[in-house]
Amino acid sequence: MTIVNTKLNRRSFLKVSALAGGGMVLSFSWLAGCKPTSKEMLEMPKEWFELNNFIKIGENGAVTLYSPNPEFGSNVKTSMPMILAEELDTDWKNVFVEQADFYPERFDRQFTGGSQGIRQGWTPLRTAGATARAMLVAAAAQGWNVPASEITTAAGQIEHKSSGKKAHYGEMASLAATMEVPEEVQLKEIKDFKIIGNSKKNVDGVKILTGKPLFSLDHKVEGMKYAAIVHPPAFGMKLKSFDKNSVSDMPGILDVFSISLFKDDYQRNFFDTTTFPEIIAIVGNSTWEVMQAKKTLKVEWEKAPESTFPMAGRGGVTVTATVPAGLENTSSHKERMAEFTAKQGNILRKDGDPEGEFNKAAKIIERTYTAPFLAHNTMEPMNCFADVKGDKAVIYGPTQAPEFIMGTLAQALEIPRENIQINLSRMGGGFGRRAYSHHMVEAALISQKVQAPVKMVYTREDDMTAGVYRPTYTATYRAALDENNNLTALHVKAGGIPETPIHPNRFPAGALDNYLAEGWDIPSNITIGAFRAPRSNFIAGAEQSFLDELAEEMGKDPIDFRLELLKRAETNPVGSNNDYDPKRYAGVLELVKEKSNWNSPKDNVHRGVSAYFCHNSYVAEVVDTVIKDNKPVVENVYAAVDCGVVVNPDAAANMGEGAIVDGIGNAFFGELAFENGVPTKSNFDKYRMIRQKESPKKIEVHFVQNNEDPTGLGEPLFPPVFAALANSLYKATGKRYYEQPFAPQLEMQNLKM
Amino acid sequence: MAQYNLNINGKNLQVDVDANTPMLWVLRDHLDMVGTKFGCGIAQCGACTIHLDGNAVRSCQLPISAVEDSKITTIEGLSEKGDHPVQQAWMEHDVPQCGYCQAGQIMTAAALLQQNPSPSDEEIENAMNGNICRCGTYLRIKAAVKTASQKL
Repeated sequence: MTIVNTKLNRRSFLKVSALAGGGMVLSFSWLAGCKPTSKEMLEMPKEWFELNNFIKIGENGAVTLYSPNPEFGSNVKTSMPMILAEELDTDWKNVFVEQADFYPERFDRQFTGGSQGIRQGWTPLRTAGATARAMLVAAAAQGWNVPASEITTAAGQIEHKSSGKKAHYGEMASLAATMEVPEEVQLKEIKDFKIIGNSKKNVDGVKILTGKPLFSLDHKVEGMKYAAIVHPPAFGMKLKSFDKNSVSDMPGILDVFSISLFKDDYQRNFFDTTTFPEIIAIVGNSTWEVMQAKKTLKVEWEKAPESTFPMAGRGGVTVTATVPAGLENTSSHKERMAEFTAKQGNILRKDGDPEGEFNKAAKIIERTYTAPFLAHNTMEPMNCFADVKGDKAVIYGPTQAPEFIMGTLAQALEIPRENIQINLSRMGGGFGRRAYSHHMVEAALISQKVQAPVKMVYTREDDMTAGVYRPTYTATYRAALDENNNLTALHVKAGGIPETPIHPNRFPAGALDNYLAEGWDIPSNITIGAFRAPRSNFIAGAEQSFLDELAEEMGKDPIDFRLELLKRAETNPVGSNNDYDPKRYAGVLELVKEKSNWNSPKDNVHRGVSAYFCHNSYVAEVVDTVIKDNKPVVENVYAAVDCGVVVNPDAAANMGEGAIVDGIGNAFFGELAFENGVPTKSNFDKYRMIRQKESPKKIEVHFVQNNEDPTGLGEPLFPPVFAALANSLYKATGKRYYEQPFAPQLEMQNLKM
Repeated sequence: MAQYNLNINGKNLQVDVDANTPMLWVLRDHLDMVGTKFGCGIAQCGACTIHLDGNAVRSCQLPISAVEDSKITTIEGLSEKGDHPVQQAWMEHDVPQCGYCQAGQIMTAAALLQQNPSPSDEEIENAMNGNICRCGTYLRIKAAVKTASQKL
């Protein structure tokens, strides 16, 4: 039995009396479940009774659950309410789900990123559900004059068996709303879960499939204007001047002006990454008209000198961030990365005497892996609706992180935070990109200037060339082997522009007596940001490709080799700060071995394996490739995942499948290069995205069954697939793949992609 | 600017726009039908797919001046109640993640099945290859097209 104290996160369980005046707009338009049991349940209640910030119950038994976190496709809008509904002990068919807007006074951590939504929401959401249930039970106990301990609940019904009294939640809701919030509540046993663990369809499914407005790009209000932006054509350039008259006579054009996102003395936060703090806005009567003017506008750009700005550092100190000058090139990036690879880096972890072992090694294997910058390319381009009038602002747009942009908005608009309302739209993808929400500031500044509601839309070209990319990285792995082919030391030196990808305390650290990890970084004016499993999305591919090559060199099966290392880390770990559990790590390798029939592959199938730990979860993957008509075809992918309790299994599998497809796509094709500061690709004609034909023919996602609290899921399936694919392609072609993307190298071997 | 008479989802509608305005923006900005999505603007991603006389076309590259006298169907008009076999199959397979590309995927799939009610795997892959799904729901899309083809 788990008892939790509700004093933690208490604000989530207390009613906020300002609700009526708080501007929360409710539009009850669909049910979460497929088919309601009774027509009555479909009907809107006459009155809602709020039990806490997450839960309201109508007098007819209908339940509204607020999903606190922004939804970018990871399905939290379904899975978070499932957790609430489970502990509330209601019937999912009677549930309405509403996206909560940004209300930091009511909800903790309204942030989608780092695969933390379910992990960090788990106990608070369960507690909120259980608290509301306890209040309903207390109301029934008072109303029926029976002990609360004798009352049971099930599927939204309350019952006192010995007296035969029964009621549905709606009948007790008004009294329950007046009950004291209990100081402690009991959570369900996992074995008693009825909703969690049973797949529920996406609560927005019907709206998506019928084309209903869900995204901010779909938003429209009376009197709304449309805006396009024009940003500098290259990193390292800035605005010099523009000629408003060059477009002012074009049809539908109302105004052209420049906007600046940051006041000079503003101290930026970690998520205040934007490439071009000064851009041009074109405002008009329709999207097409402002996009036409965008092509015609005469603008002069100039080279930007080195610049600095104050930024909030760790521990409340202010640091000075520097943006270098210059127009950068991919060719020079590669040269500089090779220089840094040859130099000593910053030592991030050292165990034993790696140098000594390398000096006396019988054999040293050294391999270098690289990967380019990547653009996120969310299908919905950056856009935002804003209505700023006087000292009030309403923003509706796609953001993973409203908290991190609120201060930026307040300084840019010179409007206090409490007068700014950020409403959360469904996002057409995020992948980390929308943790940096300066599109919201841009739309707000444009609306403020014209004093009218505005919807600002980036073109695909704006979106792809505006920065905040996955960095480019390189990693060199070295292994020392003795005369008996035993691994005696491992050394990794890895860096990138502008950050190192190393997680120094992850596997294989802890499994080796002699281990050295070094990092380095090169500053750049090309902006970067979180991209699905930051750093892991590169280093996993490098590490797991190297271990594959090492296993081959040592004459070992690649899974057995990893299991041996993990056994060492489990039984006699090196160092005390290893940040993974070797047993759970080994568990996913064993599961994928079983599910893929690792030891008996089908004829002509070439398989590769890989395993990685990130975002608190463990994943092992096997990729099966066949060569068909001179073309590598990914036939099957098997994934084994340990992320603790899985809330919504089918949706979890869907996201796992997507992460695998995403990884295969980026491994084969993903690449953004630069010439004189200009990205070489700006739309999907040149930027190759994985498509239906290149998708694996089958993906199996297997979850380890256990009762661990849930951990990350959106990211952990992504990093390992790069190496599983590379290792599989090695078996298929006899060639190792060190440099992403792989497709151009396949084409050099007369294999087509 | 000029007046155009359009037949969209079985209704006659008038709109007054420039002749070059792509149907995508006519639908979204002028007729408030926002189910058809903007993805790339150059007919490379398929998010803006609509039916023109039953054929799947990219509305971002389709000027309004080219569509008069044609019958247009958008995601809003694919079925009255959202119960077209393709939509039902999409629901059954719970295909969407972010959901942004799915209207385009569904319109491409519906046109394919109208012309070829029992497509092979390869025919499905070929027909759906022009529609990018950044979330990577391709396997479920293919499975849903197959399910829909069995129900047609």
